[in-house]
Amino acid sequence: MTYRIEGRTGTWEIVVGLEVHAQVISQAKLFSGASATYGGAPNTHVSFIDAGFPGMLPVVNRECVAQAVRTGLGLAAHINVVSRFDRKNYFYADLPQGYQISQFEHPIVGSGVIEIELADGATREIGITRLHLEQDAGKSMHDQDPTRSFIDLNRSGVALMEIVSEPDIRSPEEAGAYVRKLRQILRYLGTCDGNMEEGSMRADVNVSVRQAGEAFRTRCEIKNVNSIRYVMQAIEAEAQRQVEVWESGGTVDQETRLFDPGRGETRSLRSKEDAHDYRYFPDPDLLPLVLDEGWVAGLKASLPELPDAKRARLEADYGVTRYESGVLTAEQAIADFYETVARGLDTRLATNWVLGDFFAALNRTGRSIEDSPVSAASLRALLGLITDSTINGKIAKDVFEEMVDTGDEPMAIVERRGLKQVTDTGAIDAAIARVLADNADKVAEYKSGKDKLFGFFVGQTMKAMAGKGNPALVNEALKKQLAD
Amino acid sequence: MAADTPNALDMSLVEARDGLVRKAFSSVELTTAALAAVEALNPRLNAYITVTGDQALAQAAQADAAIAAGEAGPMAGVPVGIKDLFCTKGVRTTAASNILRDFVPPYESTVTANLRRDGAVFLGKTNLDEFAMGSGNLTSAFGPVENPWKRAGSDAALVPGGSSGGSAAAVAAGLGFGATGTDTGGSIRQPASYCGITGIKPTYGRCSRFGTIAFASSLDQAGPMARTVADCAVMLGSMAGFDAQDSTSVDRPVPDYLAACGRSLKGLRIGIPREYHAPGMPAEIEAIWQQGIAWLRDAGCEIVDVSLPHTKYGLATYYIIAPAECSSNLARYDGVRFGARVAGGTLDELYENTRRAGFGDETRRRIMMGTYVLSAGYYDAYYLKAQKVRSLIQRDFTDVFADVDVLLTPTAPSAAFAQDEKPSDPVQMYLNDIFTVPASMAGVPAMSVPAGVDAQGLPLGLQLIGRFFDEETLFAVGSALERAAAFTHRPALRASDVARAGIAS
Repeated sequence: MTYRIEGRTGTWEIVVGLEVHAQVISQAKLFSGASATYGGAPNTHVSFIDAGFPGMLPVVNRECVAQAVRTGLGLAAHINVVSRFDRKNYFYADLPQGYQISQFEHPIVGSGVIEIELADGATREIGITRLHLEQDAGKSMHDQDPTRSFIDLNRSGVALMEIVSEPDIRSPEEAGAYVRKLRQILRYLGTCDGNMEEGSMRADVNVSVRQAGEAFRTRCEIKNVNSIRYVMQAIEAEAQRQVEVWESGGTVDQETRLFDPGRGETRSLRSKEDAHDYRYFPDPDLLPLVLDEGWVAGLKASLPELPDAKRARLEADYGVTRYESGVLTAEQAIADFYETVARGLDTRLATNWVLGDFFAALNRTGRSIEDSPVSAASLRALLGLITDSTINGKIAKDVFEEMVDTGDEPMAIVERRGLKQVTDTGAIDAAIARVLADNADKVAEYKSGKDKLFGFFVGQTMKAMAGKGNPALVNEALKKQLAD
Repeated sequence: MAADTPNALDMSLVEARDGLVRKAFSSVELTTAALAAVEALNPRLNAYITVTGDQALAQAAQADAAIAAGEAGPMAGVPVGIKDLFCTKGVRTTAASNILRDFVPPYESTVTANLRRDGAVFLGKTNLDEFAMGSGNLTSAFGPVENPWKRAGSDAALVPGGSSGGSAAAVAAGLGFGATGTDTGGSIRQPASYCGITGIKPTYGRCSRFGTIAFASSLDQAGPMARTVADCAVMLGSMAGFDAQDSTSVDRPVPDYLAACGRSLKGLRIGIPREYHAPGMPAEIEAIWQQGIAWLRDAGCEIVDVSLPHTKYGLATYYIIAPAECSSNLARYDGVRFGARVAGGTLDELYENTRRAGFGDETRRRIMMGTYVLSAGYYDAYYLKAQKVRSLIQRDFTDVFADVDVLLTPTAPSAAFAQDEKPSDPVQMYLNDIFTVPASMAGVPAMSVPAGVDAQGLPLGLQLIGRFFDEETLFAVGSALERAAAFTHRPALRASDVARAGIAS
């Protein structure tokens, strides 16, 4: 679906590129041994290195490097076996060294690609320009005291990956799909938790507009957008603003802007003239980062199955539809759950149960797949009871509800409540005989040609048997008795 | 020799160490004598910013116990000075700057930790140029250091050189058997030359930089300063070693430098770089250089004329790279987390007020130069170009060391000058480093050994430059030079004289 803005002077296309800052999952910070975990009382996860004390030196954390390489591999990107750390110099109260250690000229990961899928099922490839490692800054708190600002350095020095896309995105929807897909890949890889509300993933959004056939026009950068919805809204608002500026004879200036979700508009933060001169230069405290090719190959070999591959495999192995595979692979935990349930069973039955009753139960209880009230093994056991005719499908739904409520195993519930299917033809015949005797008028109607009453007799029989009759046997016996 | 006899403080570090191990005297006795000399002479020399008498005596007692237990480390009980650029846990560390005037680090530098591990006794923290930026110890926020040497017939206060001026003056005067220095462009070698002592800047990466306050990270290197070559060998053996906390530290074993001092020089090829014949160099410097060449030839070395064609770019390149790194390294002194703070109405005012009050003129000058050469539009012309020239300078050394084992040059273009003869043009001051900077740019080890005195009786040093991590050959050649020079001159202001005077009174 092509996204266009109809202006007074013509039709405008938007051009968007994203810089996503993703916090690396690691025990320790990028250059110090201090804990990198989120939360904690202010200034409790801070080493002298993170606080920029005199004589302190950075030592790169191998695990953070491995996470960046894994991410690069997950983005089908080129891994640069030689990269370099640079200093980005600027003064701010929550930047203890007076510079951020980043990778400016020689990033650890080069170009790659992400395939996104849109609502209409269409797919597009969005290019990745680069991924580099850098330190996070601390946090300034200006609202704790009327006259003073407070600084929390817990985040100072935590490893971030900055993942830069090509300006390939052409609609707010594509931008949303891109961030979602990127987040999904990072979560599969276990390299970033992708929690935008906690700030462990944030986006800088570069937006420009142009008319058909034009080269790129000047872009603006919207800083620190912290939800997918805001990314989409910010693009929409900024593109609209730029069209209005151009159409009223003005010029869009290259500048940094902020998105105000309350007003649904962007506003200028600083112009290009006020932009910092970061005076990048190679950090003399660190040697070039040289990766062993064998080590990279080892990381590649141990990568988990990624969403696109998993999706294709589920479709092939379990016969699920394109739509279903998308839902089932949205999170790795869902796919794992599904496969535990479905492996070796009637896959259609399993798919319908997971996507139907199971998801409904998660919604109703407000639980996530990780703390689901029913384990995959229990659900699989329940479906096993259907398959081996211990219970029928209708009883299974009751059993499932009780599993959700109590956490009990399905067989225990079935036995406790005596829900086992009746396959004793004598008992079935007796129940049918009673139903037919009680409904002689309906039997007469049926025999005079009102075939539809068959369902009525099935229902009455099942009711008489408290729902436990084996449906196939009930059907068979009913036909026989009605034919007599 | 007992520690309380007047000449005890004239012993070499090796003699003092051996005497301690033989129990000829105790470390407490030696340390008490050294502290008394510091108390007597330091008010005049200003070589120490901070004297840690109580701690020194406690360390001395510990060392005596270790010696008694037969567990003496290689530096056990030996009183030394520590340049006030090395962070010492619980002891004020100032970098001779107002911005760190009251800074007490909660951690210990690796170099001082290594010395403590080996039993050294720290008398205190020695004076230096502010943040190690200077060649005369004139930029210290704690005042200048007076060189214990005097021109014949003059009491004029001379500079001890810089930036390790306090360490050099202390060692020359006998206020410690050795001292740590740091060398970025000559800060160990030039003051060693001015004060008639020995100092070595080891290969970049040989000593850990962890906990040493940074000036220019790609150049800074710690090293020992002492009265003999063997003393430096012992002390470097203790200071050096791999440290996982410094990414530029190199993981290779520390050889026995003292053993290397006795090696034969037979067959060694000594290069004489023609570019070090600087125009306008005093005849006395040229003469002492020629004398050094003759001594080494007599010791069995082959003398070879060599060329280091990019030498002339060394100083200019250095004064781009060092300030560039310093401008970034010193950004952390912002008044926010530690050190001096001068309040302001806004964050920017806080920065400006703090840094204006905290930094001296030379430090500010270098921060500004460094900021300029890294700025957009100037980076390529200055910093990037300088890095390329630096590679060429490094290649000069690699090329020449394919042919010769060691280079012999003068250490400095002059003897010590008077405090009031300080050149008004900072560039004139920078020229003091002209012979020492190239080895720093290349990262190769270099040593200054006292070789003689000028007509006014002031010491002159000769510089030996070696291959990467070949400090051992430098110690061998340095020892030979030392033996040949038989340098027995002594400075005018000496601890032993003070002690003698004290005993006499």
